[in-house]
Amino acid sequence: MRSYTLPAAAFAATLAVTSGLPAWTADTPKRGGVLTYMIPADAPPSLDGHREGTYATIHSVAPFYSVLMRVDPADPADTTRFVCDLCLAIPTPTDDGKTYAFKIREGVTFQDGTALTAADVAASWHEIIFPRKGVLSARQNWYSMVDSVEAPDPTTVVFKLKFATTVFLPALADPYGFIYEKQILNKDPHWYEMHVMGSGPFRFVSYEIGQSIKGERNPNYYLKGLPYLDGFVGIYAPKQAVRVDAIRADRAAIEFRGLPPSARDELKESLGDRLTVQESDWNCGNLITPNARRKPFDDVRVRKALLLAIDQWDGAPALSKIANVRTVGGIVFPGSPLAATKAELQTMAGFWPDIDKSRAEARRLLHEAGADGLTFELLNRNVDQPYKFVGTWLIDQWSKIGVTATQKVVPTGPWFAAMRGGDFDVVVEANCNSIVNPVLDTQKYLPHDIFVENYGYYTDPVEADIYQKMLHETDPLKQRILMRAYERQIVDVEAHEFPMLWWNRIMTYRSYVKGWKIGPSHYINQDLATIWLDK
Amino acid sequence: MYRYVLKRVLLVIPTLVGAAALVFLLMRLIPGDICVVRLGSGGGSFDPRAIAACHAELGMDRSVVVQFIDFVWGFCRLDFGTSMWSGKPVTTEILARLPISLEIAVLATVVAISIAIPLGAISALKQNTWLDVAVRVFAIGGIATPSFWLGIVSILLVLDVTSAITGAPWMPPIDYVPIWQDPIRNLSMAFLPAVTVGYRYAAVSMRMTRSAMLEVMREDYIRTARAKGLINKLIINRHALKNALLPVVTLIGIEFAFLIGGLVVTEQVFNLNGVGRLFVQAVQNQDYTLTQALVMLTVTVFVLTNLVVDLLYAWLDPRIRFA
Repeated sequence: MRSYTLPAAAFAATLAVTSGLPAWTADTPKRGGVLTYMIPADAPPSLDGHREGTYATIHSVAPFYSVLMRVDPADPADTTRFVCDLCLAIPTPTDDGKTYAFKIREGVTFQDGTALTAADVAASWHEIIFPRKGVLSARQNWYSMVDSVEAPDPTTVVFKLKFATTVFLPALADPYGFIYEKQILNKDPHWYEMHVMGSGPFRFVSYEIGQSIKGERNPNYYLKGLPYLDGFVGIYAPKQAVRVDAIRADRAAIEFRGLPPSARDELKESLGDRLTVQESDWNCGNLITPNARRKPFDDVRVRKALLLAIDQWDGAPALSKIANVRTVGGIVFPGSPLAATKAELQTMAGFWPDIDKSRAEARRLLHEAGADGLTFELLNRNVDQPYKFVGTWLIDQWSKIGVTATQKVVPTGPWFAAMRGGDFDVVVEANCNSIVNPVLDTQKYLPHDIFVENYGYYTDPVEADIYQKMLHETDPLKQRILMRAYERQIVDVEAHEFPMLWWNRIMTYRSYVKGWKIGPSHYINQDLATIWLDK
Repeated sequence: MYRYVLKRVLLVIPTLVGAAALVFLLMRLIPGDICVVRLGSGGGSFDPRAIAACHAELGMDRSVVVQFIDFVWGFCRLDFGTSMWSGKPVTTEILARLPISLEIAVLATVVAISIAIPLGAISALKQNTWLDVAVRVFAIGGIATPSFWLGIVSILLVLDVTSAITGAPWMPPIDYVPIWQDPIRNLSMAFLPAVTVGYRYAAVSMRMTRSAMLEVMREDYIRTARAKGLINKLIINRHALKNALLPVVTLIGIEFAFLIGGLVVTEQVFNLNGVGRLFVQAVQNQDYTLTQALVMLTVTVFVLTNLVVDLLYAWLDPRIRFA
């Protein structure tokens, strides 16, 4: 965890805090203008970031809110770099890494003029970590290490942990961790579901359900000189064709999730240098989960044979032309220090460099398990990018070892119902996260008896034990070794689940939009403060 | 006539009650859970405690029977409750979308009537001429072409043509502004969907007008009118068209009712935040209360439209009201 508080990071945080202006912009930013962007979703269930898990909420209201700390807007691609937003500096933990005392910026006000103090920060985080009865907190389980959150004075927030862990600070940079007004939360913890009251770079103007959301510059924003925009309009546009056409016709300048390669190519051809493209590995990937409660998938030889049949090294370049997938990786986001190197990956089943050898071994294992000519149903979600592309490709891969899979594509509701009810043979799932926080991100792979939203329905005490050690390990090198052991146990030894290609985030937008950098998630860096229009 | 009207109005009640019970049961047969969709559709892992809290908040931990009684009691009081997805009153959700759907439905109906009735009548009166053939081809084209496809093509056409002419592609606005706020922006958004939907609607009505006119023109009373020496214009307008419009009015009524909530794909193609799109969202999100309310809205519109059509029938044809 020390890596987050290295002098360089602290210096950058201080620079951002003191100057308010990002030093990375090459051009001189211009003030003014209204950014029209599209939110690639229907209306979010609510406007309360603490309770929701959809990016539609983030893309709608993030510009209205401050957070305690966040990824560096100047370099969101760096998975280990976090900077302060409301805090003055990222603290060095005391008490054997179990106490974090944050000093809070003074002079910040909410849109209604109320001063923001440490009490508001503590109350907001208390509501996230220890929600009162009847209040829903979507990511409560990220903070199992937190013992208490307190505000001993108006400028200090203290988090006390049950144990020291490296996952805490990245979890604290959660983009959903909006800071709400304590007195409003005290009166009605559900108030923020339908209302907005923040201290972010923009002030709330209006919200038309499922149509648009509007904001205007917050003149009292604490980062002086920001935001550059006079305001913004976010238009809900769930249909991809609409979004592509709208960018082409300049009805909107950008959407912040990502478009598939075909849309990128179409827009580039149409708009030329009037279009800018940024691409990044995405902290999202599909994983293939056999149902260990069903025969023959309770047999590790069958699971491993299915894994060995897949040639990701060959598939990646081909699939990346038509689907938003790109990078071969293990269970950890490829840009993270905890991720496996190519050499490490190639020692594990499913990643061997020699696919002929791999498939020969797959056939041998199938034969040994008495599962020659295996036939099964691959459950998939009715989402084109990239679920159906990956599913179709997998069927072809498995056919190379004589396995016949048929794809059953169902809408999201029945897909979840089938997974949660264990009513499937093999399923195409996804693991999509915001801040890159590998230990938390990989809890999806924990055995079902520990993590009930694991749909592989396996038990594995060895794996669970490694995870607990990794969660408590604060030495990055030792933690990396544990992560390799955890990954090997899941993929190579037991073949519980198969991590597939990591997604590719392709951002295509009008070139006059400046000051925004791509990150590995569509959840992060969404407050629009640094964006300006070169018009 | 009053007895007829009363009979028709009373028939509405069992129809609505039956529909309410059916939709309640059908929604619960669809596998899935709104709380899981809500918290997990982004692909991230979620806290099982949040699912339990969500169930409790939405009253899903109550028995189905209690939920049904609650629904029926609310329905009787015209209280459809709150959307399980957004927590907003169902009426707020629907009323936010109704203006755009109504506007498209009205405009498409205007487009359809203005095309269908004159062209259908001309086609019948000029049977087997080149004009008739042209109108029939036009009508078959409208029936055969899905309006959403026509919508996509029309947007692309507008983009390409404007790009070729001005160098800057143009498309209609993608956010709705009420007509009283900005009529030009509103109509430029509504024009293409109204025309693409209206074309298919017109094609169906046109064929119906043509066949009804052909049938009526062969009736004895038309021959009698001719024998009496009435001028052709009077025969067509007063005797033929009025009678031929009976089935056309029914069709227009049914089509209009369908457009409120039925423009699912068209609304998506043109990014119209209408009732049809809301319907799809509600089903996808497994929002029982909103889906139930929307089905009831659609059923009510259909039932009331049919009622109006039946009353129009009675007005147009005295044999019906005196039967």
